[in-house]
Amino acid sequence: MSAAPLALDIAHVGHSYGARRALDDVSFSVAPGSFTVLLGLNGAGKSTLFSLITRLYAAREGKIAIFGHDVARESGAALRRLGVVFQARTLDLELSVMQNFIYHAALHGIGPGEAKRRGAALLARAGLEDRAGDKARNLSGGQMRRVEIVRALLHEPRLLLLDEPTVGLDIKARADILAHVRALVAERSLAVLWTTHLIDEVAPTDDVVVLHQGKALAVDKAAAIMAATGTQTIGAAFERLTGAKMRDAA
Amino acid sequence: MTSETGFTARHYAICLSGIVWREALRFLHQRERFVSALVRPLVWLFIFAAGFRQVLGVSIIPPYETYVLYDVYITPGLMAMIQLFNGMQSSLSMVYDREMGNMRTLLVSPFPRWFLLGSKLVAGVAVSILQVYAYLLIAYFWEIEPPTPLGYLTVLPALVLSGLMFGALGMLLSSAIKQLENFAGVMNFVIFPMFFASSALYPLWRVQESSPLLYRICQANPFTHAVELIRFSFYEKIAWDSLGLVIAFTSVFAAGALIAYDPAKGMMMRKGG
Repeated sequence: MSAAPLALDIAHVGHSYGARRALDDVSFSVAPGSFTVLLGLNGAGKSTLFSLITRLYAAREGKIAIFGHDVARESGAALRRLGVVFQARTLDLELSVMQNFIYHAALHGIGPGEAKRRGAALLARAGLEDRAGDKARNLSGGQMRRVEIVRALLHEPRLLLLDEPTVGLDIKARADILAHVRALVAERSLAVLWTTHLIDEVAPTDDVVVLHQGKALAVDKAAAIMAATGTQTIGAAFERLTGAKMRDAA
Repeated sequence: MTSETGFTARHYAICLSGIVWREALRFLHQRERFVSALVRPLVWLFIFAAGFRQVLGVSIIPPYETYVLYDVYITPGLMAMIQLFNGMQSSLSMVYDREMGNMRTLLVSPFPRWFLLGSKLVAGVAVSILQVYAYLLIAYFWEIEPPTPLGYLTVLPALVLSGLMFGALGMLLSSAIKQLENFAGVMNFVIFPMFFASSALYPLWRVQESSPLLYRICQANPFTHAVELIRFSFYEKIAWDSLGLVIAFTSVFAAGALIAYDPAKGMMMRKGG
């Protein structure tokens, strides 16, 4: 009997923008139902990696698979299992929250009736049930992020990617969103890849990938990385590995 | 019929209708866009054409079977102008969507990239056709109409084709424009030359008399052939040469846009944007 496929399998992936090397031989995996943090400073290559996983660009070096489906060769099957929250806000500000959901659902072949039903249930779970008819531009930054997470879950993906989802939010909104996503991992057995440059978003039990200048310097549990580097905190471990200081937003 | 994703024809139809629906909603929300799309050709019709009505005579040339007034002559050109501006507007909105990040939600859909871009194209064409018919309704009260009401129907396929051509051109341009600020250049280097170096405002035989070089440029201009295709079909006739050329230009522009938005080959890949 073969083992269940990994939620995300990244093997020897590299990428360059002209002469600039953005990613170099990056390999790691995300198991189903796990919370993995991709930790790196701005410019480490996190967003490039996201663009390759979501096939905004094609990976020319290495291989990326989502639940066993090669993103390059079976992009449709791979993307169908993937939900994405990009770093930049991607809601259509002119449309209402529910209209944004209907549009997103259509992009996954889901009709408006089913989109409304799923959207209403997920909004209630996120504590935003009274905002369905509001225009997206009238939401706060934290509410927009939660709506984007709800939208990313509409087509019931099994892997959720979040690219620096808490950037620009206040402390409470950051904590709420992090708790919400961690709860989704537990409730839905969702695999999550969470990128951040904020060390206080990492828990000792999280799987962590330390990405620096395009290279994956460490791939393990946060506690194991701390032990291997002889440090007491993940921030100190990051500094030991990269020689660069990590930011603690709190 | 199912694909590797398990999507059936019904899923594809839902995706297409969702993209068209969003484009229509955006258009309705932007009332200024609708008004300006109508005002532009109406200014040409009510002011420019009225002023030149007596100055510029138009001889009997196909598809016309008698002398026509100048405002009748330029109407197909103005219909094409509406579609050209709409194509460029769609291009502008794609650049805006890319800057704002909305484009990513479209491009990470599991449907094939060609289908997503084609649906976006169809959505733009549907909006442009609505604008053209709104213009024709107003023009009707200015006594500009086809020889028989059937002309309103026979012009539709021509509008679909020309709309697709301008939409595909806009999509191709949008892939090359990195920032919204650069879009003003499109106005200067694409829209105005295409419009003025065409048969929209004057018959080409008149251009040929004054400048053979400009005549050849006008003949090579895709806009000229869109105008002639619309002009003939409005009179329940087919301009075969223009039909072939519009299809050919559409194919070239659409292929270029597909390559430009291909994750492995496109402009976004090279620019990292």
